[in-house]
Amino acid sequence: MLQAIAFYLFAALVLLSAVFTILARNPVHSVLWLILAFFNAAGLMVIIGAEFIAMLLVIVYVGAVAVLFLFVVMMLDIDFAELRASFMKNFPLGIAIAAVLLAELVLGIGVWQSGGLQLGVASGEAAPLLGRSNIESIGALLYGRYLFLFESAGLILLVAMVGAIVLTHREGRAVRGHQNIGKQIARRPGDATVNVRPEIGQGVKL
Amino acid sequence: MIPVFEGWGMSYEAAWATSTIAGILLIALPLMLAVAMVIYVDRKIWAAMALRRGPNVVGPFGLLQSFADGLKVFLQETIIPSAANKGLFLIAPIITFTVALAAWAVVPFNSGAVLADINVGLLYILAVSSLGVYGVVMSGWASNSKYPFFSAMRAAAQMISYEVSIGFILICVVLWAGSFNMNAIVVAQRGHGLGIVNGFFFNLLLFPMWVMFLISSLAETARAPFDLTEAESELVAGYQTEYSSMSFALFWLGEYANVLLMCTLNAVLFFGGWLPPLEIGILYWVPGFVWLLLKIAFFFFVFSWIKATVPRFRYDQLMRLGWKVFLPLSLAFVVLVSGWLMFTRYGA
Repeated sequence: MLQAIAFYLFAALVLLSAVFTILARNPVHSVLWLILAFFNAAGLMVIIGAEFIAMLLVIVYVGAVAVLFLFVVMMLDIDFAELRASFMKNFPLGIAIAAVLLAELVLGIGVWQSGGLQLGVASGEAAPLLGRSNIESIGALLYGRYLFLFESAGLILLVAMVGAIVLTHREGRAVRGHQNIGKQIARRPGDATVNVRPEIGQGVKL
Repeated sequence: MIPVFEGWGMSYEAAWATSTIAGILLIALPLMLAVAMVIYVDRKIWAAMALRRGPNVVGPFGLLQSFADGLKVFLQETIIPSAANKGLFLIAPIITFTVALAAWAVVPFNSGAVLADINVGLLYILAVSSLGVYGVVMSGWASNSKYPFFSAMRAAAQMISYEVSIGFILICVVLWAGSFNMNAIVVAQRGHGLGIVNGFFFNLLLFPMWVMFLISSLAETARAPFDLTEAESELVAGYQTEYSSMSFALFWLGEYANVLLMCTLNAVLFFGGWLPPLEIGILYWVPGFVWLLLKIAFFFFVFSWIKATVPRFRYDQLMRLGWKVFLPLSLAFVVLVSGWLMFTRYGA
């Protein structure tokens, strides 16, 4: 009973916030609705007993990715009049994308109705690990059966990271004078100041 | 608590609902009281270190100062700037406050005395504390004003930077304790140091982690010396500039609830939580939550002490410390800790 109420609550909120994500005029509102959708999706994960995935969803997507989204979107200077003007120009492209999405949706529902997809082993018999926590079972899978896939996923991410750094790193531009914190801290008042008592009428020689 | 309510003739569902609500109230109401008192204590400590008297007029020793402030703020008018984004402007402080309270659900106050004893407790705290940045960012953007916006940008970058190293530090603790459950982490610290000292800080590999965690928790809660989000000499009052009355008070309460939470995390993860500091039978006569409260109070004193004595960081120094010092160090310690555990505990 409680599960059903929670499920319908979370599911309805996911759908509602997803709809508002695309309906919102203001991109910042859009991102915030998207965050609400992520958050409720995490709630759905909790209901099916995948609390580890739920927490990761919140930490990674809500806590990091969406913050960066918001960061970028907040910087935008949006002209709403221009936004509406270019609407007609992009209309055919939008229709094409919508058609593709519709086809995918129909296909997806068709596949779902022909029987659920069973993950885990090649024969399709997923064996649930009962009596073990989420983290233990995921760890056992990732570092046992899928070790090489997991490691190669890590390598791909590393390549992506290095690529991003290479793209944004400009040699020679950062010649702003490097600060050496150790040198700054090691500097004593005596190194920088001298105490003099000049005679009247005479200046100070530096 | 559920069996107690069932004993009063309730069905299981009713007993569950009642005990959950009672648990929430049992945590939230004392927490609000503690926040009020902690603001007073903070001001008193700060004043004492600056050789001032601090609040001493309202009530005996000025003890009621925070309540007087609360009443004043409650009676003020809420001013919403005409150019502000009204909805987000009002939601932002509510989010800050709610998130600061929600994290307390998994904090163990005694053996078994925890509202939600989930096995991903530490991840829950990470998840919820990563939500805290939204209150700040939304308030900065919705105010439609320059200083709050700068402050929101700073806050977002600062919190994300330090969350990364906090994550790695927590992984070290989790590796040693072998669990994400907060109670299990506390129990794993029993007799950790030579069988006498309760706490992970008594460990050559985890002690540097604790030092980094303490500094990172200052940065995560934007306390001095990392209070760049509300640096009054540069940004007026940061993201709170346009706020008044209750919406301002919610920010204030949320901020101090977060500070208390970070003190609690220090106590629970590295100093044995509700365990007595030494593994001596007679110390167990004192109830566990008293030990936890004493440890929280100690860490809060340390936080105030730092606030009163350390000058504010520059923003580039803050970023350097987070990304170039803490991140590589904590990564190296993840490798060291897991290597040591592999060698001693799980090896051949």
